[in-house]
Amino acid sequence: MKAPLHYVLHLADSNLVLAQRLGEWVGHAPALEEDLGLANVSLDLLGQARLLLAYAGELEGKGRDEDQLAFLREESQYLNLTLVEQPNGDFARTIVRQFLFDAWQSGLCEALQHSRDARLAAIAAKALKETRYHLRYSGGWLVRLGDGTEASHRRAQEALERLWPYVDELFASEALDREVAGAGLGPDPAALEPAWSARVNEVLAQATLARPAHAPHPWHGKQGRHGEHLGYLLAEMQSLHRAHPGARW
Amino acid sequence: MPAAAEMTSLLPVELEARVRGLLAHVPDPEIPVLSVLDLGVIRHLSLRADGTLEVGVAPTYSGCPATPVIKASVVRALAGAGLRVAAVDALSPPWTSDWLSADGRRKLAAFGIAPPAGAVTRPRALLHADPAVACPRCGSPRTARTSEFGSTPCKALYRCESCLEPFDYFKCI
Repeated sequence: MKAPLHYVLHLADSNLVLAQRLGEWVGHAPALEEDLGLANVSLDLLGQARLLLAYAGELEGKGRDEDQLAFLREESQYLNLTLVEQPNGDFARTIVRQFLFDAWQSGLCEALQHSRDARLAAIAAKALKETRYHLRYSGGWLVRLGDGTEASHRRAQEALERLWPYVDELFASEALDREVAGAGLGPDPAALEPAWSARVNEVLAQATLARPAHAPHPWHGKQGRHGEHLGYLLAEMQSLHRAHPGARW
Repeated sequence: MPAAAEMTSLLPVELEARVRGLLAHVPDPEIPVLSVLDLGVIRHLSLRADGTLEVGVAPTYSGCPATPVIKASVVRALAGAGLRVAAVDALSPPWTSDWLSADGRRKLAAFGIAPPAGAVTRPRALLHADPAVACPRCGSPRTARTSEFGSTPCKALYRCESCLEPFDYFKCI
């Protein structure tokens, strides 16, 4: 049994967009170790995105490969979560975004590794090992920032308040999600929330950070409706391929 | 997750021995003291109906840039010996550092890279640190992690508190 194309694209796009965001840090991170760390997380996410996009191309059956799907789709055809397209901001905001995502992705992969779609299950089982490692990194940094200096605590708390409105979308069950869950192809997003919440609360407590109040945002990234930031990100990511189609290193 | 440490081979015994002999000389491009067999990334060997030898290669990390290089090296080495060969991805079960051979672990340590400490028997708890990693140079257990990530996806950075040398640690994943 195979998962619907749009579901696989949604998973791929969230990974790809976040990988691109993290790549923006290369050469700019506060320390060499974090430059390496963010680049390595980016590379893992990119690798997962490539596996998913290659699969999406096969599901679509129109001969499009991973590059064509990554570089030749428009903003409205990207189905990523709104959280991952948010700008890097300072290091604290990047870490908070990463932590919220890693906690979500590890729960997702734990469920998705049992998908009735064997290909998706294999990709998820592989990604799970990587995302758990990322969660240790981002969670460790969140504790250091939150329980660090007055300035690092304030910035981490500000980042949480700023990004929290995008959390709601991680667990929103849309028609496609219910179809996927009903067929045993992937988890219902809403079902991932309790374990995510428990993980997040545990780390926030260690980090002496306050969990923001529930404040859902009006975006629908999974339906291709995005904020203003994604277009700029795609323009940068796609420009080389569009100027030199099929170019290879 | 149950995962076989050994690759599966469906080849005639003599051919398998020949293929193993050839693969033992195909190095990992990023850690060339290890062969692809030491690394545990060769997952299956089989013969297709048309006689093509199929080699299943597991990526160590989803985004590891070495994976396509390894596949190309495997094909080159086997084709160079006159075999018709195809290298394919073997994603499931996912590669684990538990598949590093005992020989590979010794070679890593001799090369100055600490081999993975312990085995991946259960999911690491959140924020749970790796078990004690011994310095590959002086053997001291007094070491500290300086970065979760290193020069390649499979390594982290450590420092020895005894001999004060920095060293790479092959991540346990």
